[in-house]
Amino acid sequence: MTKAVSTQAELVERSLKKRYRAEKRFKIAGIISISVGIAALFALFIEIFGNGIGGFSQTKIKLDIVLDSEELEIYDVNNEEEVSNGYYEGVIRLALRKKFPEVKSRGDRRKLYSMISDGASYRLRDLVMADTSLIGQTKTFWFLADDDFDTYFKTLLDGDPYTARVDEKQRAWVDQLIEEGNIEKGFNTAFFTSGDSSEPELAGILGAVIGSLLTLAITLALSFPIGVAAAIYLNEYAPKNRLTELIEVNIRNLAAVPSIIFGLLGLAIFINLFGMPRSVPTVGGLVLTLMTLPTIIMSSRAALEAVPPSIREAALGLGASKMQTILHHVLPLALPGMLTGAIIGMAQALGETAPLLMIGMVAFIVDVPSWFTDSATVLPVQIFLWSDSPERAFVEKTSAAIMVLLLFLIFMNTMAVLLRKKLERRW
Amino acid sequence: MIKMAEDVKDEQKMQSAEPSAAENDSAGPQDMSAKIQGTVGRPFVDDAKIKMRGVNVFYGEKQAVFAVDLDIKENEVISMIGPSGCGKSTFLRCINRMNDTIDICRVEGSIQLDGMDIYESKLDVVPLRARVGMVFQKPNPFPKSIYDNVAYGPKIHGLVSRKSDLDEVVESSLRRAGLWDEVKDRLDSPGTGLSGGQQQRLCIARTIAVSPEVILMDEPCSALDPIATAKIEELIAELSENFTIAIVTHSMQQAARVSHRTAYFHLGNLVEVNETDKVFTNPDHDLTEAYITGRFG
Repeated sequence: MTKAVSTQAELVERSLKKRYRAEKRFKIAGIISISVGIAALFALFIEIFGNGIGGFSQTKIKLDIVLDSEELEIYDVNNEEEVSNGYYEGVIRLALRKKFPEVKSRGDRRKLYSMISDGASYRLRDLVMADTSLIGQTKTFWFLADDDFDTYFKTLLDGDPYTARVDEKQRAWVDQLIEEGNIEKGFNTAFFTSGDSSEPELAGILGAVIGSLLTLAITLALSFPIGVAAAIYLNEYAPKNRLTELIEVNIRNLAAVPSIIFGLLGLAIFINLFGMPRSVPTVGGLVLTLMTLPTIIMSSRAALEAVPPSIREAALGLGASKMQTILHHVLPLALPGMLTGAIIGMAQALGETAPLLMIGMVAFIVDVPSWFTDSATVLPVQIFLWSDSPERAFVEKTSAAIMVLLLFLIFMNTMAVLLRKKLERRW
Repeated sequence: MIKMAEDVKDEQKMQSAEPSAAENDSAGPQDMSAKIQGTVGRPFVDDAKIKMRGVNVFYGEKQAVFAVDLDIKENEVISMIGPSGCGKSTFLRCINRMNDTIDICRVEGSIQLDGMDIYESKLDVVPLRARVGMVFQKPNPFPKSIYDNVAYGPKIHGLVSRKSDLDEVVESSLRRAGLWDEVKDRLDSPGTGLSGGQQQRLCIARTIAVSPEVILMDEPCSALDPIATAKIEELIAELSENFTIAIVTHSMQQAARVSHRTAYFHLGNLVEVNETDKVFTNPDHDLTEAYITGRFG
């Protein structure tokens, strides 16, 4: 009898163990899931970093160029057209032949010429046009190597040469260049200073970055004021009835609509109906505005709702009009939240590809856009385009561009956090 | 023809349904009204500053205040007491139409301020609230400087035009609220950095800076410690020289200390209004007596 009846303390003790065990299991499950998430993130970073780091460097080959006016076929240095049409390719080829005099056959020579990037002659032309006194001199230049050699040389340095695109002879030339110290790996400035190109060694992200900035400028300029105004109206002025409820539900739904639908909408309305041009940042910005508006409206409304009602009451109780209450008191308190929402919306827009494909921002555009109505592409679309390219050298470019995009996104999200921390007021 | 007949039937149904619903709704209060039977004591005064007749307040379907008649005299302090949920705060907020901010709230009856109906549809609430100021339960200074808190009202109402005048208004308001000496060296520091009692006095200073005629106080001391409470009570006594004050309070001692007349609310009904001394010593109504002797509340 006395054995069967345990005291309350004993019962609690017994249940306690079970409870603690359950708690421990719960904790462990949480830690495991977080670890998996972090591991996946690190794997992603390592993969992208490993692939992309090569994209920031570029192989260069040193050549002594004789800028002979006969070879260049430039006889009058003051004739701009003549200087512009000079046979720069010829002098580069001449320099290569001089460096490798043993190369005689036509086929081998073509292979030899292909070591230097096609962009080299243009670069030489630009240099000469900027300073015609170079004509007649012998100068040493570092030229970009062609992408196949670039890939081979870089992988050679890493100890695991990729030989599929270079034959034995070409490898021997590279070895000779290495021996003479006439080939080296340098920082890839072209990646940051030029637009897209079909030649991987000449392709850069500047065009895409500028395109992204122009597009985002339009998006921000439209979506922030419209979103905030809509949020203020819905939250502070709109009567609570069926219609506003319907609008609210629809805004929530719009936030969940796949972004490509917005692209279709943009195609149908902005391009087909209004006849706006394709692949321009203006239309891209309009489409992304439609896409980010729901996010901004919802975050702005949340920020407005978070303003304590006591502040509203205080202002109204003093006889402030509704407008004054909102402008003087509610908005300043809600602004940090609104800005955070806007930045997150912008980050979303920056990473968006699908809707822009629909409005033609996926075109191959070499020129760096300088205005909102120039044809342009954006960073994620550029990444998409490069990832589709067959040249091996684009693999590292793709990852390098992803790194730049991630950098932008991390920067924006950090800004959002800092802004919230800095502007947050306590009451 | 048939359709019309149906319509008529529907209408009849609705008509017959309405009174029964109303009966159901008011079943609770009517229980009490068997005991309450209108307001006892002295709800009316001659030359009232605020005259309220038949004030009903509804939150959606639910009625919170039932047919209250009450007058408030100029420069008097009237306190409203009663158990939680008795509608005293709701009633108070009718006087400067703060209930307008609640969507589902509906007010019936007439409230006159100096003979002007404040619930007239054309009336602008902005000047009304400049005349009838309010101090809230929780101190709610703006997250701005002390100076800006007090200066805000005069600024938006255009009461002063020069900076020096504004300085004067700020100083005199803070002085009257008994806060000047404590904050005169840090007018630029945020009002939210003050202690609870100081914040509430800042809110009072902010209210009187607009020079209202009436000040409504909704449990102004409920969030304060006894010392801060004592200061506010002193302040109320001083302010009553210039302002008409209606104060809702949970503390019967406070009502007894600060007010001239006391109104006792019960379940949305105004049960008794009398001189404060009489209410607390010899109330006319059984419910009032039950409340002040602590049998419920």
